[in-house]
Amino acid sequence: MRLLINKLVLGLSSLAAVIGLVFLGWILITLIIKGSEALSPYIFTHDLINNGIRNLLFGQFVLAGLATIIGIPIGIMAGIYLQEYSNGSKYADFIRDLSDVMMSAPSIVIGTFVYAVVVMPTGHTAGWAGVFALFVMMLPIVVRATDDMLSLVPTELREAGIAIGASKYHVIVNIILRAAKVGIVTGLILAFARVVGETAPLLYTSGSSVYWSTDLSDTFPSITVSIYNLATMPDDKMVQLAWAAALVLTFFVLILNLLGRYIIREKHH
Amino acid sequence: MEKIFARLSQVSASLVFVVLVSTLVTLYISAKPAIEEFGAKFLIDARWGVDVPIEPPSSDHKPAQQASQSSVSNAHLDNGTNAGDEDDGINVGDDDDGINVGGDGVVSNAPHKEVFGGAVAIVGTVFSTIIALLFAVPLAMGIAIFLSEIAAPAISKPVGIAIELLAAIPSIIYGMWGLFYFGPFIASIFGGHSVSLLVAGLVLGVMVIPFMAALSRDAINTTPDVLKEAAYAVGATKFEVIKDVVFPYAKAGIIGSIIISLGRALGETMAVAFVIGGVFEFAKSVTDPTNSIPVVLANNFSESSGLSLASLFYLSLILFVVSFIVIFTAKHYFLRRGK
Repeated sequence: MRLLINKLVLGLSSLAAVIGLVFLGWILITLIIKGSEALSPYIFTHDLINNGIRNLLFGQFVLAGLATIIGIPIGIMAGIYLQEYSNGSKYADFIRDLSDVMMSAPSIVIGTFVYAVVVMPTGHTAGWAGVFALFVMMLPIVVRATDDMLSLVPTELREAGIAIGASKYHVIVNIILRAAKVGIVTGLILAFARVVGETAPLLYTSGSSVYWSTDLSDTFPSITVSIYNLATMPDDKMVQLAWAAALVLTFFVLILNLLGRYIIREKHH
Repeated sequence: MEKIFARLSQVSASLVFVVLVSTLVTLYISAKPAIEEFGAKFLIDARWGVDVPIEPPSSDHKPAQQASQSSVSNAHLDNGTNAGDEDDGINVGDDDDGINVGGDGVVSNAPHKEVFGGAVAIVGTVFSTIIALLFAVPLAMGIAIFLSEIAAPAISKPVGIAIELLAAIPSIIYGMWGLFYFGPFIASIFGGHSVSLLVAGLVLGVMVIPFMAALSRDAINTTPDVLKEAAYAVGATKFEVIKDVVFPYAKAGIIGSIIISLGRALGETMAVAFVIGGVFEFAKSVTDPTNSIPVVLANNFSESSGLSLASLFYLSLILFVVSFIVIFTAKHYFLRRGK
């Protein structure tokens, strides 16, 4: 009887695993089949106005890239504070908790926040608003990654630095950050991968444009927002284009994730 | 230099706090007109963008009646019209390319006022989340147990990586798949609409499975081998080891992973926006379309102004506070980080 129950439960959980994987496989296969229909060199060299996705890809990169560039120094500094300067104070724990909560906050809420502070006063959607929204999403991720990686640096390294007379600043910049470099870089790649696929915070902050644009003070092209718009159009060609864009985006996000993993693994070898 | 660096790092850390507080304050200020107008009744009022005469409040005035011909109020009152028509109700979100229509004030005729209530969206959010968890928890637990206890390393490692990669796929992909494939599939089995509460819940479920499974697996993997070996040594079967040793040991982490996933499901926008229908009506059965808070926000934000915009901020504030509580609970009580 015991053995029977054992077999039953193990069988059920294996079945659950298979069902789960079937769903996930279904999504991926759908994505690849539907996405490859409209996939051609043409869409990479034309803007959405001419049924391509060039401006969308570029726009999304700029939005997420700028958010990353702004988010990295601030996030890393915050992580350094939590690990190196706070001395395990209550305040640091509090910030850690808040940061974790912020990391999981609904992205649409962040969109509404940015809408209220940036879009409403200026009266129109703008690339900068999108950058700001993605920055807010990104900040806690970078804080967490830095915090975690610095906590792995052995105390002996810090002590050794202090012992040879280096100031705390020098120890942090020249020893600790260097030791934690690989981990932090991985964290940054994953953080970028996370925000580059975001739609909700961009919906009414950057909006999306069908034209090529480099003007961040105006409505800015975004691939995710455009996928949403295109996929709900009655025109089959537009839906096809949405699938192609979705495939490109997913592929890119997955590559970034694999890259992050690869870097971390190389380090352990 | 030393001092500046230390200060800078402290300021950066405080920025997290500042952003969070300013989000809360901003949402509250923006929602204030709606909060003052509707108060807590907002939570139980199912009407959205419906004109009612200010005095005297006649009870026979059905909400759907005046929705269709809105000669009154602002031109962007398409929310109200949604309540009336009975088509499959896909609320197409393609009406603008980010060009913001906002800015025009509410033009209200004297004897009328608009009423907004969040009940439909709140109920829709709660139920879609419940469906998602009912669907995802067993499957995610199965995957977690399979990965950590059953499968050989040669299988569990690639499968584990695949699961983690799937957790990284943008949620909009899940939404598209739900709209074009999963929704019709579900409708062909259970009947009803291909955009519905049920489809939304299940798509959400599929979306959180990888996330929940990966977190639970990590929790399960923290069980010391010595404990498991001891149990095996006294003759326990694998199931008994999992039930009596692994689960009790990893309980906090598993519960935490479920609550975190709950938080994700509550606030998820894009996976749901495609498949819930976006109509301001309660779902009479699970196969009916309805609405959820994030979807209401996503679909109606750029075309709202005045009181309707304030009401949207009210909804946003509710969502923020609820998910804050949920996530904080999970992090604080179940997923305590070791220092």
